[in-house]
Amino acid sequence: MRASTALGSAPRIFSSTTTIVYLVFFVVLLLSTVIAASAGRSFFTQGNISVLLTSTTVLGFVSIGQTLVILVGSLDLSVPFLVSIASVLSAGVMAGQSANMASGIATALITTTLIGLVNGLLVGFVKINGFIATLSVGLIVSGYLFSNYRGSTGKAAPALASLGEASIGFVPVMTIIMFLCLVATVALLAKTRVGLHIYAVGGDPAVARMSGIHNAVPIIVTHSLSGLFAGIAGLVIVARLGVGSPGVGEQGGYDLLSIAAVVLGGAVLAGGRGSLWGSLGGILIFATLDSVMGIMQLNPYLKDVVRGLIIIMAVAVYARSSIPRTTFRFPVASEGRRASVSTARGEL
Amino acid sequence: MTTSISRYNTAPLPMRVRVLRSFATPGGAIYLLLAALLIALILYNPGLAAPDQLMRFIGRTAPVAIVAAGQYFVIVSGELDLSMAAVIAAQVVLAGNLIGQNAARILPVVLLMIGLGAAVGLVNGVITTLLKVPSFIATLGTSLAISGLTFYATGGAPSGNPVNSFRAIGRDGFENVPILGFLPYSVVVLMALVVLAAWLMRKPFGRTLIAAGDNPVATSLSGASVWWLRTRAFILSSLASTVAAVLLVGYAGVSPVVGDGYDFAAITAVVLGGVALSGGRGWLMSAVAAAFALEVLFSLLSFVGVASTWRPAVQGAIILVALGAPLIRWRRRAFSASPGIPVASPAPSPGEEVSA
Repeated sequence: MRASTALGSAPRIFSSTTTIVYLVFFVVLLLSTVIAASAGRSFFTQGNISVLLTSTTVLGFVSIGQTLVILVGSLDLSVPFLVSIASVLSAGVMAGQSANMASGIATALITTTLIGLVNGLLVGFVKINGFIATLSVGLIVSGYLFSNYRGSTGKAAPALASLGEASIGFVPVMTIIMFLCLVATVALLAKTRVGLHIYAVGGDPAVARMSGIHNAVPIIVTHSLSGLFAGIAGLVIVARLGVGSPGVGEQGGYDLLSIAAVVLGGAVLAGGRGSLWGSLGGILIFATLDSVMGIMQLNPYLKDVVRGLIIIMAVAVYARSSIPRTTFRFPVASEGRRASVSTARGEL
Repeated sequence: MTTSISRYNTAPLPMRVRVLRSFATPGGAIYLLLAALLIALILYNPGLAAPDQLMRFIGRTAPVAIVAAGQYFVIVSGELDLSMAAVIAAQVVLAGNLIGQNAARILPVVLLMIGLGAAVGLVNGVITTLLKVPSFIATLGTSLAISGLTFYATGGAPSGNPVNSFRAIGRDGFENVPILGFLPYSVVVLMALVVLAAWLMRKPFGRTLIAAGDNPVATSLSGASVWWLRTRAFILSSLASTVAAVLLVGYAGVSPVVGDGYDFAAITAVVLGGVALSGGRGWLMSAVAAAFALEVLFSLLSFVGVASTWRPAVQGAIILVALGAPLIRWRRRAFSASPGIPVASPAPSPGEEVSA
């Protein structure tokens, strides 16, 4: 009886989580419009929508990777440094020449993917806790960055810069690329073997291992992809700013923001539960808040204060609401497996 | 059987054996590492062998050792405090701007700083324990908010210059001390705090704190208030950052970036000292010794010609090696069927169990 309720309600609970995320987003959007209007400004100007979508793009790329890593039960705190190293490497190799664009992009993405691979090996094989392993790798990368680069460096290839400025209607091309990557990753999670294994390992590593899954594989794949997406985020920044900078990732606070967006999007930090659509909702919420703070011309340092408070509140609200939800994973022993299988299905 | 001492023998081992055995644990081996690094540093820089120079060196490293001790309380209770850098910066800016050139304000401002430090720790602790936000997100969030306020207050530039008698706390010391020659105030502060912290760890508070880090459910069932234990650990950590800030005003000046890197330095020291990141295991004194070992290592590296910008990279590598090496060795020795090994606790056998 209990198991059947779990079977019946698991998909509904999941979809309602994402629904709530988008409901919250629309409430935030509505409030932002009202606040902007009360100050005599308009929220829905074409310029502001473009700014909003652009800030969605960078955080979006990082959060796709972060969602995968969190789903598998790990964390990636090296993303800000990967964003930075991708920006300085690509801008350095390109040096303002369109002929170097491909090699610049390749250098940056291969480097960040390899660093992500190292993260994955440390978490998957050596079995160091993901949080501390990626933090340490991030520190090593930051040591390299600040020992070899001072201030902004290199120059974006004109082709990349014009791609950064291009837009179809009011939607920047980069945002469309981000959205396509998101859809591709959704397909990866839903349609491929490794995608299913990501949920299985994140949900319960011991059960996944006993079911014959090599736990290290999905962990390594997700960390590598997280490195790749962080690298693409760095390229987007280079396209927009025209130069690379060793501190650009840290200034963006992409580690905390991406984790917060994923958690806000309904993922469980312990892994195994969450969706990319939810994360997208979380990113939109943060982008809207950023944009309304920009419209209100809030001091940039006070923006950080607001961000910090919102992150804590969001995670606190979610942590509270998700506590009872975890219990139906552990119903009567004999029914347990079926219930948790249905949970994993429901999330796809 | 008669000669070898059983692992499960309840009779206490002779002191000599216990001390020798402890050197084989990460928490004991750090003292050997510290000694080796110190000898290497003195070989590079023979001037450091003079007692007063050594004291000055210890005085300079006192802030790191103090934050490491503060971080120890939080880590051993099973949490993590990433707000130390922001707290140090906020306190330094507060001291610089409120004290100014008025020596009469030192005492009230220091009391205010202590109150503020305790308040930040209380907020961190309550968010982590009662609101159930994972501690690294909670403390990163508060640190984002605190450093945002600090930068807002200062505009991002160094500002304020406290009166010299306040800066003397971190800079000066007792002259003409027998044997030592010179005894910095910061060393006295450090010694007092370390004795206080070691005493706390021997009290019921410290014992239950370790228990809470090892097994919060069992600790809670046995009647202890786990959330209040952990919250007090966060308060101690923020207070340690506050004391470090008072010392840092002495020679680092007033700037909103003065605390940068201190939280990672503290975490590195605690990990290097053999304290389990998952909590419940490790010695306070080893964490403090590891903080010194780190500082000695960085002095050595700067003698060898490694730029200080590599410091975070060295710390990251140390954390990875300190956590990764025992895991690999342990798995070779005893294959575990459980794939989900918790954070870097190589589960010492009961005979070698470390307790503070």
